[in-house]
Amino acid sequence: MKIIACIKQVPDSEAKVKAEDGQVTWGDAPLVINPFDEYAVEGALQQKEALGGTVTALCIGPESAKEALKHALAMGADEAVLVSDPALENIDTVGAAKVLAAAIQKIGDADMVMFGRQTLDNGAGLTPAQTAKVLGLPMLGWVGQIKVEEGSVTVERVLEEGRQIVKANLPAVLSLVQSIGEPRYPSFMGIRKASKATIPLWSLGDLGMDAPAPVVTRAELMNPPAQETAIEMIAGETPAEIADKLADKIIAEKVL
Amino acid sequence: MKTLVYVDHFKGDIQPSSWEALGLAKTFGTAVALVFGSGVDEVVKAALEYGADEVLVADDASLADYRAETYASTLSAAASSSTPDLILFPTTARTREMAAMAAVDLNTGVLTDLIALEANGDSFVATRPIYEGKVLEKTVCSAKPVMATIRGRAFPKPEREAGKSGTITKVAAAGEAKSTVEGYSASEHAVNLGDAAVIVSGGRGVSNNPSLTPPDGMDEKQAEVWRAQQGFALITDLAQALDGAVGASRAAVDGGYITYAHQVGQTGKVVAPDLYIACGISGAIQHLVGMRNAKVIVAINKDADAPIFKQARYGVVGDLFQIVPALTEAMKKKLGK
Repeated sequence: MKIIACIKQVPDSEAKVKAEDGQVTWGDAPLVINPFDEYAVEGALQQKEALGGTVTALCIGPESAKEALKHALAMGADEAVLVSDPALENIDTVGAAKVLAAAIQKIGDADMVMFGRQTLDNGAGLTPAQTAKVLGLPMLGWVGQIKVEEGSVTVERVLEEGRQIVKANLPAVLSLVQSIGEPRYPSFMGIRKASKATIPLWSLGDLGMDAPAPVVTRAELMNPPAQETAIEMIAGETPAEIADKLADKIIAEKVL
Repeated sequence: MKTLVYVDHFKGDIQPSSWEALGLAKTFGTAVALVFGSGVDEVVKAALEYGADEVLVADDASLADYRAETYASTLSAAASSSTPDLILFPTTARTREMAAMAAVDLNTGVLTDLIALEANGDSFVATRPIYEGKVLEKTVCSAKPVMATIRGRAFPKPEREAGKSGTITKVAAAGEAKSTVEGYSASEHAVNLGDAAVIVSGGRGVSNNPSLTPPDGMDEKQAEVWRAQQGFALITDLAQALDGAVGASRAAVDGGYITYAHQVGQTGKVVAPDLYIACGISGAIQHLVGMRNAKVIVAINKDADAPIFKQARYGVVGDLFQIVPALTEAMKKKLGK
């Protein structure tokens, strides 16, 4: 079983992200592997353990994104590839899908390509399905459980309406959600191995393609209006008294 | 301008923000609803009653179950022949996927999870939250049609006009499914947090009711889950009294107290209801990013230092097992239920 886990590097969730002079800034907050993508790596490693094979982590980003790939290696991925090219700075999701598809084909022979549901930064959640479309492979989105049998994969999709069991032939593209299981922490041995790993860096030339021209572009960045956070504490002698006061406050807000 | 509006439904159960998309489309000109599925007459009828000028319907056995490939290809084919300026969707797992794939066919792009959309000449400028809502961006799509998914409850919902009729045009199903649906789990109800005006959520604290004695023969973990389920029953009572939905923190989902579909927060759903009542939720950043845009936030927690109180409009430091049922009773009485 050859599995490719696609990941991205994003600012940590705790980072104070804001718009400043038309740029998104996050001060000195660390960049981390996209939390959703940790489920992709975890799911890939679970299948490798069950079936044998290899896991390759794949990322588009600047050279500093090697740190996110090292996290995947430290979790247990066998190899990592970084696609990095200055011309990729402003690509949109379709562009990213085309570049990932080319890299997935260059890596070759993938049985499953795994994504997180979306990224924490752009958050569009479009790239997994667009990559499947470009590759012409089945798309299985929002997967919480995976079972591989003879040339096919059966998954449980976790949707708004409940769980749906879907089967497709391999190779296939999957996007994974939290129900797949808590991502493992990198082991001491894993961290040592990752720190010594050589991560190949592919340019667009290595993939034999030009930078896809973006169709979707950003026109403006804004900070959301500041929220008023003045809290009013409700107290009383008995739960009934507190509840009564609180109910009056809620009704006075006219939100019901 | 001409807008196609995809009416998202699961076996006839319609995603309400489809109508918000239809209302938005009417502000730009002609609104043509798109309905896919098998045996979807009721959905078509509802689309006309909510104001669609015309409905394009692909009613075909091959579309009985949603599959990404067939739905995306049917969408691409309908868009190619009717040449809209804009295609609108409610934001769901399905629509993100089918819009994403159709955009590859149509050489265009998708603007997701919009909170505002304005016409600008013969194109559009969209506003959407990025970085978990910490920043907003205005974004444009230079190709046609512009494809856009709107956030639930961000746009007004049009009134339904019973009996309103209009043109119904059949379109062909297209594409080849690359997967088969083997089944659905019957035990779970739809959880539509994105459309809920009121959400009552429970966290880890919901399992901590010391006054409950679990049935004999349970191990420690089973007893914890049992306790939590009794706690979520109180949360559900309050949600029902307020016609709201039940949410949960990640800690509650990870603890096995309630399913992932209820999870509010970074790796669950991002919601913006009018009223959000957090019970026994400490307020980790991962939860806060999912609910901080609620209009009114109420926090009930026994720990006065819990970070959730920094986000809340009203706070109660106390035992949720006493406060929540008392609040349910008080609300029922005051709302005349």
